[in-house]
Amino acid sequence: MTILGISGSLRQDSYNTLLLRNVPLELELWDGLKEIPPYDEDDDVEPAPPAVARIRAAVAGADALLFATPEYNGSVPGQLKNAIDWLSRPRQSAALRNKPVAVIGASTGAFGAVWAQAELRKVLATAGARVVDAEVAVGHAKERFDADGRLQDENLRGQLDEVVEALVAEVPSVVPVAA
Amino acid sequence: MSTIAATKTDLPTGTWNVDPAHSQVGFAVEYMVGTFRGSFSPIEAKLTVSENSATQLTGSASAESVKVQDENLGTHLLSPEFFDAERAPRIAFSASRVDRHDHHVTVNGELTIKGITQPVTLTGTITDPIQDAYGNDRIGLTLETVVDRTRFGLNWNVPLPNGKPALANDVKLTAELYLVKEA
Repeated sequence: MTILGISGSLRQDSYNTLLLRNVPLELELWDGLKEIPPYDEDDDVEPAPPAVARIRAAVAGADALLFATPEYNGSVPGQLKNAIDWLSRPRQSAALRNKPVAVIGASTGAFGAVWAQAELRKVLATAGARVVDAEVAVGHAKERFDADGRLQDENLRGQLDEVVEALVAEVPSVVPVAA
Repeated sequence: MSTIAATKTDLPTGTWNVDPAHSQVGFAVEYMVGTFRGSFSPIEAKLTVSENSATQLTGSASAESVKVQDENLGTHLLSPEFFDAERAPRIAFSASRVDRHDHHVTVNGELTIKGITQPVTLTGTITDPIQDAYGNDRIGLTLETVVDRTRFGLNWNVPLPNGKPALANDVKLTAELYLVKEA
């Protein structure tokens, strides 16, 4: 099973990337978000721009996706939203279509990017993904990780376990299709 | 001498298969300032009425067969937010009770959408059999009901600036069926 982890923060020492590294599951971490060009329907032709083709193939090939998002001005970082816009096209064969996804988030403020997480879930659902109804909000992220990058809060670690469990339960090979 | 026609309560016996070219199954739901409509085609439907009046009415359509005016909207309707066509590929109806009173019918059955089965009551009309131009016996059956889409897990909505939801929960379902008697 391949779970692709996508951090919405591009920063080298991102807390959201760190959060993905704390997930109790082997993730394939996506590091090509920064290279994705701005969505332009004129450029959305075959062959797709190379960075777009790469992430589309990675998402299509993954069994599920786990997003970790920071919150910029109360919402999803532009570059992450831009990537989702590419992944939602073309509609009928979009890489995100029916893809099991979950969203978690970290912020240096008190609330752990809950607004951005909610908006990201809405965006992903509209893009056709199968969005898991679960949340992990890591507030005060600066104080939550030790020097080795380990998430210190046992309660939050338990929530990470639950999100991963719920996400894996949505992978098609696990879920029987109704008659 | 005057005669009083007896109220018809019997359904025409036989196996009656849907003529999909002329039949229609649709939905209508209030959306913002009007009524949004769509349909499913092709559809399958069958009415069987045995000599002892045992009755079975069944119908189904592929969720993928939903027809709306825009491809993007259609794809959204197939997504997990709406019909979840990947996991719940068929929409189905089944009833073993059809009550007739003259040309009015009441059908109690079960409707399955998004893998969730709920009891529903439909009302409508039935015609007497006629012979069509090709020598087949035909009846017309129309049915309608209103269901709360959230009972079937179709919960999508978006708030309008006035605070009200954009999409109503009640959805009117209609079936206009041409049924042809099996030889």
